[in-house]
Amino acid sequence: MNARVLPYVLILPVTLFLGLFFLYPFVLVAKQAFGSQEGWSLENFREVVDYWKFPISLRNTLLLAAAVVPVQLALALLMATMVSKMQKGRDLILYIWTIPLGISDLAAGIIWLAIFEQSGFLNSMLNGLGVIDKPVNFLTYQHPGVVFLAIALAEIWRATAIMLVILVAGIGLIPKEYYEAADVFGASKWKQFTRITLPMLRPSLQTALVLRVILAFEIFAVVAALGGTLFPVLMGETYAYQFDLLNSGAAAAMALIILGISIGFTLIILRILRVPKGASI
Amino acid sequence: MAEIQIKNVAKSFGAYQALNNINLTIADQEFMVLLGASGCGKSTLLRIIAGLETATSGEVWIGGKRIDHLSPKDRGIAMVFQNYAVFPHLTVFENIGFGLRMQKRPNDEVKRRVERVAGLMHIEMLLKRYSGELSGGQRQRVAVARALAMEPDVILMDEPLSNLDALLRMEMRAELKGVLAESKTTAIYVTHDQVEAMSMADRISVMHQGNIVQAASPIEVYRNPSARFVASFIGNPPMNFLPATPAGAGKWQVAGQTLDGPKADKPGLHFAIRPEDMQQAESGLVATAKIVEPLGAHLLVTCQIDEALFRVILDSDTVVKPGQTLTLAPQADRVRWFDPDTTLAVA
Repeated sequence: MNARVLPYVLILPVTLFLGLFFLYPFVLVAKQAFGSQEGWSLENFREVVDYWKFPISLRNTLLLAAAVVPVQLALALLMATMVSKMQKGRDLILYIWTIPLGISDLAAGIIWLAIFEQSGFLNSMLNGLGVIDKPVNFLTYQHPGVVFLAIALAEIWRATAIMLVILVAGIGLIPKEYYEAADVFGASKWKQFTRITLPMLRPSLQTALVLRVILAFEIFAVVAALGGTLFPVLMGETYAYQFDLLNSGAAAAMALIILGISIGFTLIILRILRVPKGASI
Repeated sequence: MAEIQIKNVAKSFGAYQALNNINLTIADQEFMVLLGASGCGKSTLLRIIAGLETATSGEVWIGGKRIDHLSPKDRGIAMVFQNYAVFPHLTVFENIGFGLRMQKRPNDEVKRRVERVAGLMHIEMLLKRYSGELSGGQRQRVAVARALAMEPDVILMDEPLSNLDALLRMEMRAELKGVLAESKTTAIYVTHDQVEAMSMADRISVMHQGNIVQAASPIEVYRNPSARFVASFIGNPPMNFLPATPAGAGKWQVAGQTLDGPKADKPGLHFAIRPEDMQQAESGLVATAKIVEPLGAHLLVTCQIDEALFRVILDSDTVVKPGQTLTLAPQADRVRWFDPDTTLAVA
């Protein structure tokens, strides 16, 4: 077959697949979001944005992302650096650290619920230590901080490994000679991390952060398990519009708003972590 | 003063002995080349001096100070790496100034020193570029400039020219030699390229299987190889060898000819001579020409003497045809003799 045509033929199946199962539904959602009885309108967007829970769920989602992602980034960097320095047992540790990735987000939420609920492990432990004399229900509206903390912890536990895996691969791509040069020219281990590893890791940091930030805006099941209605987030509201209020126009509008926020943050991350022309490895 | 002393340095990687008890003194401002085939231990020795590798035993002294327990940055050295290791995320300016920045030098000093060495290496116009925008030769210049900017006591170079094409290598060879002589630093230069070693070195240490076989000036290494390995490693084509049997006191029988030789009490020696030290004559070794290669400047003839292959370099005007019989006389003062048992030179 013609060598110029072949690549296009080879990507045809996946293009068709994405067109059928991604692009087409996306167009339908967009039509729904912008549609109303009188044709095109922003009515659905106005409705969801004006709703009293919208600012709260937007703020909660952003707050959660702002609390979780930096911690995950720092942890993932630390863990990736540790794994990369290991001589033996490196794969084993990596597998163990990535176990939470294999658990669904709802299951992860339920695991942490088992820790924080009234009859949960945390209560048993505090009771056993004599810190409290009767079980406390932490996950209520009286303890918004604890609810937030529980959700954040569950998210950190569940989804740090996805960044870890990307960063470990990225660190592995940095040639050893750069560190030797840095050693000879007087860079301390910390300086080597900040002046060599971090800048040379930019492409991997981009990927890891984009992926993680997008997932952070889509947070749903962990919140549903731990916070229920106490802690409204954007994706939870979208679910409520679609299945509780049976307002698919509003749900579609919410979905597009979340998409817009994700695209916005992706562009910001790509911009901040861009590699200047000619400066890649 | 930056005299380097290597005392009884040995290095093993598990069961593999990479270096055996190396002793070497390199004078202040000397240009020392470590020459050998890959796997001979030359890079390992350099990396031990740099502090990138730890010796299993032995000591390294620079300028009268023992430094083998110090980290690389405290040894007063700078290094040029084989793959340059020019940081891709920094501009040429920041690459050259990297070491100075790590020493927290003031901005104006960094600028002054970077610009000075960039001038020396003719890369002033590249200071704002990233390494991805440079050619191999330019990257090489940046790597050398980065080392020079440190104004180190010692510059270590690990096959710095091996990734360049032949023409560029020749050009950089001469330039590097000049720049280093001017900088008055002691230099250790690792290479497997004997032409590089011969043309640049004040002294060459020929290494083989973790040992320094000979450490001497280039011409000494070439004229008076201390061992058969050196004789066959240096020179292109290398020295010729023929077996010799005793024929009375100080006389040796070589391919049917009786030649003057050492008064050694040995059952046999190896006669050795460089290809260019043979001339066609009335009497001498009788050889049959096999392959004739006109190389422009001269004529390389591969011939056969008894069972052994033997190469001679003759004047380019000489007419020789394959199959022709040549009578070749060795230039007496250029003949060398080696002991077949110890492989060492016999005087």
